[in-house]
Order: sequence, then C-alpha cells, then structure tokens
Amino acid sequence: MDFDLKRLGFTLLGLLIVLNWGLLMSAIMRKMGARVARRYGIPWRQPWVDLVKNYAIRSQITHGVMFYLGPVFRFSGGVGIFLFMPMIIGSKLWLNYSFQGDLVLIMYFQFFGMLGMALGAGEGGHPHSAIGISRGLSQFTVIEVPLTLAILSLAIQYQTLSLVDIVEAQQGGFQNWSMWTNPFATAAGMLAILGIMGHSPFNLVKAPNEIPIGPPTEYHATFLGVLRTNAAVLHVVEAALFMNLFFGGATNWFEFIIKTFLIYFWSVFVGVVFPRFRIEQSVSWFLKVPLVLGIIAIILFM
Amino acid sequence: MSEENKINKFENPLYAKREVTGPDGEVFTVDPIKDYFSDARPKVHEPNSIPVIENFLNWARSESLWVLGFGTGCGSIEIPPLITPRFDAFRFGVQMRPTPRQSNVFIISGYLSIKTLKRAIRSYEQMQNPKYVLALGSCTINGGMYFDSYNTINRLDQYMPVDVYIAGCMPRPEALLAGFNKLKEFIKAGKGEKANDYARNFDWYKANQKKIIKDWNMPDYNW
Repeated sequence: MDFDLKRLGFTLLGLLIVLNWGLLMSAIMRKMGARVARRYGIPWRQPWVDLVKNYAIRSQITHGVMFYLGPVFRFSGGVGIFLFMPMIIGSKLWLNYSFQGDLVLIMYFQFFGMLGMALGAGEGGHPHSAIGISRGLSQFTVIEVPLTLAILSLAIQYQTLSLVDIVEAQQGGFQNWSMWTNPFATAAGMLAILGIMGHSPFNLVKAPNEIPIGPPTEYHATFLGVLRTNAAVLHVVEAALFMNLFFGGATNWFEFIIKTFLIYFWSVFVGVVFPRFRIEQSVSWFLKVPLVLGIIAIILFM
Repeated sequence: MSEENKINKFENPLYAKREVTGPDGEVFTVDPIKDYFSDARPKVHEPNSIPVIENFLNWARSESLWVLGFGTGCGSIEIPPLITPRFDAFRFGVQMRPTPRQSNVFIISGYLSIKTLKRAIRSYEQMQNPKYVLALGSCTINGGMYFDSYNTINRLDQYMPVDVYIAGCMPRPEALLAGFNKLKEFIKAGKGEKANDYARNFDWYKANQKKIIKDWNMPDYNW
C-alpha cells in the first residue's frame, strides 16, 4: 500500500471526531442515568474536564515498565479497532485502513487491550487489581463466545471476512440489513454487546462500588487519562462495529451518529433497568441464551 | 491468623534486609519491605509558570473534584446523601472515587481517633499532587465535644494541611456543598497549593504525627 498523506489526515480527523463523540455520548448517557434516578446529573462538559484534570495532575508514581505499558496497550487496542473499521461507506477517505479479512484483526484487537491491561494492572501489585483482572478476563472470555458465533454466522452468510464487503452487501434499503436477513446472529451479537459496553448487568469488573474499581485501582493521573480516552474511542468503535455488522453501516456522518447512539443507548437502557450480576451469574448467563442463539445462527447458514 | 501475620512486618525477620544467592551463584540484596512501601520524601511541584495555562488547569481541577470514599467519625453519614436526588453533588462536578490514587479531595468527616489518624495520613500521602482536604465538623477544628478525650486529636491542621473547614456539629449536607463551592473558589484563585505546603513543612508535620502516634510502624512517607 502506498503512503497516502491525505488518507492519514482523514483517519486522524476521524479519530478526533470519534473521541469527542464518545465523550459527548458518555455525558449524555450519564445524564440519562441521572434523570432515571431523579437527579439533575453531571454538567455536559464533565468528561472533557475530567480528562484535562487527569492529564494535569502534577505528580505520578509508577510500579514498573509494564505498569506504563498497560494503558498504552489498552489504548492501542482501541485505536487499532478504529484504524481497521470502515466508518462511512461509499467514501474512500473514511474507510480508514480496512482491508480483506479485517474482521479477524478487529476480533484480536478486542482481546489485545484487555491482556495488556491485565499485565499492567498486575504489576500495580494491588490485590484488588488481581481480583478485578481475573473477573474481567473470565467475563470477557464468555462474552466473546456468542460474539464470535454471530460474526462467524455473518461470515458464512456473506462468504467474506471483510467488513466493507459485509456492509456493501446490506445496502439498498433497510430490508437488506443483517438484522432482517440473519436475526439470530443479530440477537446473539446484541446480547454480547451488553457485556462489551460494560454497563449495569455486567459491570461488576469496574464498578466503583464493588471492590474498588477492579483493574485500574492503582492507575491515576495520565495513566487514567489514557484509559479514559481509550474508553471514549472504544465505545464508539464497538458501536460502529455492530452498526456495520447488523444495521447496514452508515453512508454519512449523520447516519453514523444516529446509529452508534442508538446501539450505545441499547446497552444503557438495559443498564438502568437491570441490577448488577455477580461474576458467576453473568458467566453462566452468557453461556445460556446468547450461546444458543449464536449456535442457531451458525446452523441456519451452514 | 497465620504465625507470619502476628508479628509486626517491620520487626519480622522474614522481612529483614538480607543477601540472597541466586540459582546461578549470583549474590544480590533483597529488602522485602521496600516492595510494600517507598521512603521517598514528597516533592514540591511548582505550578505552571504561564498564568493562562495554570488558570485553565485550576479551573479544570475545581470543576472535577474526585472525593476519596473514606469516612471517619459521625460525619461520614452526611456524605452518602450528597449523591442522592435531594442534594446531587454531581451537579458541581463532585464525584466519589474509591481509591486514594485517583482522588483529589479528602473529607475528614468528624472526630479523628489516633488509630484512624494513622490510616488517614497514609491515605492522604497516597493521593497525588494537587490534593485538597475538607475538614467537616467542630471536632476537626478544636476537638468539639471530644475535646478532652484520651484517644482523639483536637486540631486537624497539626497533622495535615486543611483547605476548608466546615463548622457545625454535625453540618448538614448543604453545608458540605457550600464547603465544596468555597474550595472551588480557592482552587480557581490559585490557593489550592496545600500539597506543596505539606511537602515544604514535611518535617514539622511528621514530628507532630509521631508525637501522638505511639506505635509508628510504617515508613515515614509511602507515596
């Protein structure tokens, strides 16, 4: 592939848009959660202010090299998914660096950040981090099972592992979306996204009122700033992944924003309605309904 | 409780500094206590020298106050209502954090027994610069109704620098919110530099702390 400065520029601009949209979306969702609890909630600017505050903390301590690399790995996981994710279909410049077979790479990057974070938080040495990591990894492993089955089902249906091809196969009206042509895979995927987004039923790993916030217990200042930046990017690109897989992708930024918002809203909606699962409950839950739906989706297209 | 935990870590021979021979014959020194704590003194971190930048950062710090979830005395019952619909401290950028590493504001919520003072000092020192202390209730000012108690301290500012006092016994959550707003004014005016004061007068604070804590079994400074 030739080096293309224009393409790089558009990719970086896309990253900036995605970051700010992610921060705004997290503010909207926290405000919605507050209104459900009959509170006024945070000011709109709070995620940006928190980021600036975290980056502006003057003193930092470290526990070693891996402690530094943990947030870096996590961030490269989030940005890696972004780089290989087609954002706007029909525009060459907003396809980022997607290529044939990028779906496999995206699946890999989802776990890559988790593993880097596990190594980094482990070096922090705090017992709460270690418990948080074991909980987080075991939960994410079972989340991946229905998600992988759903993605495999789509790959069999469209006979491709390229996201662009999958989205292009769904163009020409909403009746062509995988949501209608492959409802079982969509159902399995949309249940898996509840766990990926980390809202209420499945937020035991990082909830502040469980054992203090799990893996990032020791992370502070810039480390935490990097983790939060990544979280904002990751929420949007995960929603974009599901938009591309099941809901026909986006042909312009307006459609992109509406669709990612609704997909993210689905996880928040479930989050404010349902209470938190314990870790063994969430593990067994993912191995029941979403797993069965995923297997049906595979069998139908075999 | 295991035999190992019964003995004070600092006096336990298991944790003593010693020479160890590695599997390939290499001799190196291990100091297990160092794995738990650091003895590095706190440093003074000067504010940014460009006023515009420092003012902007101070604005961000004042609008994003992360409070350490640490309750002492009767005042700790006044903190949970802050996150309920009636008081809703989130409106003011106040959020609760469970770990001292990520917190900026430490609320000493009432009387501080000597046993708790030890933990409060360790938590305060684990917080990162800049950090602020809100002292809630009369007990932190002059001992309040516990002024002649044998096991509580009377004046908090002898042991850690205090940014804002909230008088009363007990102050209601509204008073705590008013205290937060006062703290924000101080930070925006560039007066929230008490963490640096602590580093500058470190020896004085440490001497005061050691005067009252008899069983000092922790390092002088643990980050």
